[in-house]
Amino acid sequence: MDRAQVDAKIRELAEPFNKKGVTITEETTFQNDLEFDSLTVMDFVADIEDEFDIIISMNQQAEIENYGQLVDAVNKLQADA
Amino acid sequence: MSEGIIQPDQPEPIEGHAGDKDLFSKFDDIIALREGLLATGQTDPFNLVMEKVLSPTRAICNGRETILLGTYNYMGMTFDPDVVEAGKQALADFGSGTTGSRVLNGTYQGHKECEEALREFYDMDHAMVFSTGYQANLGIISTIAGKGDYIILDIDSHASIWDGCAMGNAEVVPFKHNDIEAMEKRLKRIPEDAGKLVILEGVYSMLGDVAPLKEMVAVAKKYGAMVLVDEAHSMGFIGEHGRGVVEDAGVIDDVDFIIGTFSKSVGTVGGFCVSNHPKFEIMRLVCRPYVFTASLPPSVVATAATSIRKLMHGSNKRAHLWENSKNLHKGLRDLGFKLGTEEPQSAIIAVIMPDLQQGAAMWEALIKNGLYVNLARPPATPANMTLLRCSLCAEHSEEEVGQILDIFEKSGKEIGII
Repeated sequence: MDRAQVDAKIRELAEPFNKKGVTITEETTFQNDLEFDSLTVMDFVADIEDEFDIIISMNQQAEIENYGQLVDAVNKLQADA
Repeated sequence: MSEGIIQPDQPEPIEGHAGDKDLFSKFDDIIALREGLLATGQTDPFNLVMEKVLSPTRAICNGRETILLGTYNYMGMTFDPDVVEAGKQALADFGSGTTGSRVLNGTYQGHKECEEALREFYDMDHAMVFSTGYQANLGIISTIAGKGDYIILDIDSHASIWDGCAMGNAEVVPFKHNDIEAMEKRLKRIPEDAGKLVILEGVYSMLGDVAPLKEMVAVAKKYGAMVLVDEAHSMGFIGEHGRGVVEDAGVIDDVDFIIGTFSKSVGTVGGFCVSNHPKFEIMRLVCRPYVFTASLPPSVVATAATSIRKLMHGSNKRAHLWENSKNLHKGLRDLGFKLGTEEPQSAIIAVIMPDLQQGAAMWEALIKNGLYVNLARPPATPANMTLLRCSLCAEHSEEEVGQILDIFEKSGKEIGII
């Protein structure tokens, strides 16, 4: 799977959590723009992990602030898996 | 989960504001929330003073005799005559404090006797006493799970578990509360040769629900993980010998570490870890929260050891506590309150409030009518619930449980939530 495909898939997974219908760009942040609380983050991360059969540890999550960084991280993790 | 009633158990990054000079500005939101609540005339639920304590179940608060239903004093050992006498004797014989670390001048005869009582209580090879339960989790977790290792833990874990994870260097992988499948999926994806520590709790203190330890421990073992179970809220009460949910579920021999506390059923303060690991004793030299703090005062370890030995023979009290839990659960449900669990699973009954305003108002009505419970609110609570957490004591009489229900009925009607 290439980065564009990973991006498309994550966009699809993010949709049910994006309650306010915020337009998601590479720079969109999860905490401020999307207003994800810790429970939302857990459910969203679990969906991504199950879809790509990967683990995104909390240590890795701490480095991810915006959408572009998430796609990069997932793209790398699924390529390595 | 937590006693940290106004903080999330899982540490959350606090947003800084560039250019601010006051380091306290990061607390402005919580200051505003608190001021807003108090401005409505609400009594501060986090500033209660026990002016006198009459017994494990009664105290004087605001000049009023109050039934205590939020103390975790499950077995009512705090005023046990033998326990109090042991403490007085140790205070007279060994002085008020050790002024030293366990590994230097801070190990007295009493500390060894306390560890011996724990080994007998759990029928395990090793026991290590810490100065608090918080430090037991902080110390063991941060020390045994290092760089390159993985910690797999329940998302509703207690703050001391999260802080132990944050203090170590392991990769931290949470899973959905009590979800066996979510836990297994994560274990399956971790590199086979990596060190793995699964962390679970017997009883989760927010809702008083119990973990499916039989299944979860089996799954952890299938993937070669070591297992640590925090039994803070079950010691002395759950299981045939009061060893906790691990005993009740028949998996005590499969878990590697049990963490516990003296500040609940044991009735004093302190924490511990028991284990059958053959190399466990090395922890005393490498575990920083054990080494770099003063040991418990002699009177505390003497009361703890005496209490633990009495808890070994507490089956009648255990039976009465179960009766109390069942009666309170049924009574509250019959009154129309929404509870955290369908059936009583522990000595904690959580009453779910519609929101923080009504929860705080209900808490105030209860205290004015002579009943103390814990108010727990977001973000410390699962799913952002506001809870009135009730923890029962074996010393609550059947009549007292009846009185408690009367106070809940009166207060609930005053507030208009039932």
